[in-house]
Amino acid sequence: MTEPVQSAPEGKVIFIRPRSGWVRVDLRELWEYRELLWVLASRDIRVRYKQTLLGVAWAVLQPTAAAAAFTLFFGHFAQIPSDGAPYALFAFAALVPWTYFAQALSGSAGSLVEHRAVITKIYFPRLLLPLAPLLAGLLDFALAMALLFMALLAHGRVPQMGMLALPAFLGLTVMTALGTGLWLAALSALYRDFRHVVPFLLQLWLFASPIAYPASIVPERWRLLYGLNPMVGAIEGFRWALLGTTAPRGELLAASALTALLLLLTGAAAFRRLERTFVDVV
Amino acid sequence: MSAIAIKASGLGKRHRLGGRSRYLTLREALVSLARAPFARASKRDSKGFLWALRNASFEISHGQAVGVVGRNGAGKSTLLKLLARITEPSEGSALVHGRVRSLLEVGTGFHPELTGRENVFLNGAILGMKRAEIARKFDEIVSFAGVELHLDTPVKHYSSGMYVRLAFAVAAHLEPEILLIDEVLAVGDAAFQRKCLGRMDEVARGGRTVLFVSHHLNAVRRLCGHCLWLDGGELKRFGPTGEVVSAYEASLLADPRAAGPEERHARFTGWSLGDSGSVHVLDTLGTATVHFEFETPQPIERGRHGITLRDHANQIVWGWAVSGLKFPRGRNRLTYRFSSLPLRPGAYQWQVTLFEEDRMLDEWYGAPAMTIDTEVLADCRDEFAGLLNLPFEFVPGPKED
Repeated sequence: MTEPVQSAPEGKVIFIRPRSGWVRVDLRELWEYRELLWVLASRDIRVRYKQTLLGVAWAVLQPTAAAAAFTLFFGHFAQIPSDGAPYALFAFAALVPWTYFAQALSGSAGSLVEHRAVITKIYFPRLLLPLAPLLAGLLDFALAMALLFMALLAHGRVPQMGMLALPAFLGLTVMTALGTGLWLAALSALYRDFRHVVPFLLQLWLFASPIAYPASIVPERWRLLYGLNPMVGAIEGFRWALLGTTAPRGELLAASALTALLLLLTGAAAFRRLERTFVDVV
Repeated sequence: MSAIAIKASGLGKRHRLGGRSRYLTLREALVSLARAPFARASKRDSKGFLWALRNASFEISHGQAVGVVGRNGAGKSTLLKLLARITEPSEGSALVHGRVRSLLEVGTGFHPELTGRENVFLNGAILGMKRAEIARKFDEIVSFAGVELHLDTPVKHYSSGMYVRLAFAVAAHLEPEILLIDEVLAVGDAAFQRKCLGRMDEVARGGRTVLFVSHHLNAVRRLCGHCLWLDGGELKRFGPTGEVVSAYEASLLADPRAAGPEERHARFTGWSLGDSGSVHVLDTLGTATVHFEFETPQPIERGRHGITLRDHANQIVWGWAVSGLKFPRGRNRLTYRFSSLPLRPGAYQWQVTLFEEDRMLDEWYGAPAMTIDTEVLADCRDEFAGLLNLPFEFVPGPKED
């Protein structure tokens, strides 16, 4: 049953020692563990829809229901402007990336505490845990996007060249979710209070992002400051690419991208720095 | 095959101050109850840090099977966790040559909602196997576990025996160059345990480097050529298994706490189970009788006695104390009769003290450990199993008036 060990060890040497200060992200090791990332993500997907009545329909139900409510209350009753697009499409085009963002962020943020039984028993790069929900969420995102495309076609809107920029805006969303997720994952492993921060943060963030309203209603002089919220650039980008609304301004996009990058870099650094203490405290 | 597999130099791990404060206060409460300084030989250093392991240096060659023995809380699991990179050392370093896999519990990462098949792939990946490798060994794993018929059933519907068998089967098919195993053989029924031990034997003889933590000294004797003995966080001895295990056993019986000749106090000489299959293995959930024997050179007039039972994590699962005892000179016996000791299977340690008023006559960590080997009635997943293995009846249904 047991295969003989190849005569010489593969020459891999692990040096175990106390580390202090900042530790860089070991991308090569992450790559070696890519299969595990895939397995964790596919487990997240499977588990989410096991023993559910509607199954994957949930993926589209959530943004659709939210868009319907937004359309009725904000679009219809409150008469919030929608940059010339039908309000329903306007809201839906923002809610699809937002739903992905919110799910990915809360999954990431809770990942270490959720998997504490695993991380105290076995080693693998801890970064995989907050990464997996981002990957798993992409399936729901793709399904919701498909529905969104159908809705666009039904309204007689043909895809435009701007759509080629969608991956960039998705990238911005992923960076923001990951950066924030890493911060919160690390902090909530050390202090449980941060678990309560996530829903609260997402609620505030929803208001601070142009989901129910267009970025254009924010006064001009506040616009750049507003753009420091990276989801502003991402959502405006999605809308522009999908609906052909006015393109987000260059400096606003730059501000969003810069914040997202900063979040990601500091998040990764904080995670790596706090990582070595998780096991002793979770 | 004499190349070095693991070289540890001054490896040490300390716990942050205050990390165990609740445990300490709980312990202090018990101490005040018995007026007995229950504290173990203190591992705290001058700055108040608690050292789980300190200054461990050793070399293990490729192909060696090394047992790790020692009392509860001696630092065995800490050593394994350091080498497995689960936790980082506070000082010292270690070089590990080759692919390492660790097995600290069976079924790590198993998800109850997923089927047996899905869990094999999930658990295999977490343990570090490649997908292709798992696929190749899949049939072997399933037949080892004997769960062919239930592969597509969610594991939450498995009996605890099936669950553990499947979990162990995945782990048993790991083929690393270096394998680190913590007391995981104490799972499943006796027949399955024999099967696991056989499998371990194969692994150890297959030229792999194995580090094996266990309280089962017979298993260590059988599987390991060499042995590491840890005591109070320090490496006491490292050498051929026969010598080290014998020395360890001897130390358990003749505890070095023995005082100088001028103050020959009473001393505990042994403990045994009254009505079980083996004197130190409890295999029944029914009545359990535990005897502690001690010798005293002079009569005890106002004796006090305290007792605790600790689990593998050194947590007190039960404690009690009594005063106003009288004993004649010579050999005496303290007998406890429990109507049941429903603890989950594993290794436990008795700790007993004897006082004449406030003067401690003896404090003894009952050796060997008490092995509980009853059928698992609780949830078999580690994080839900709890401390107890309570016999119970479950009756669902409408309320009848």
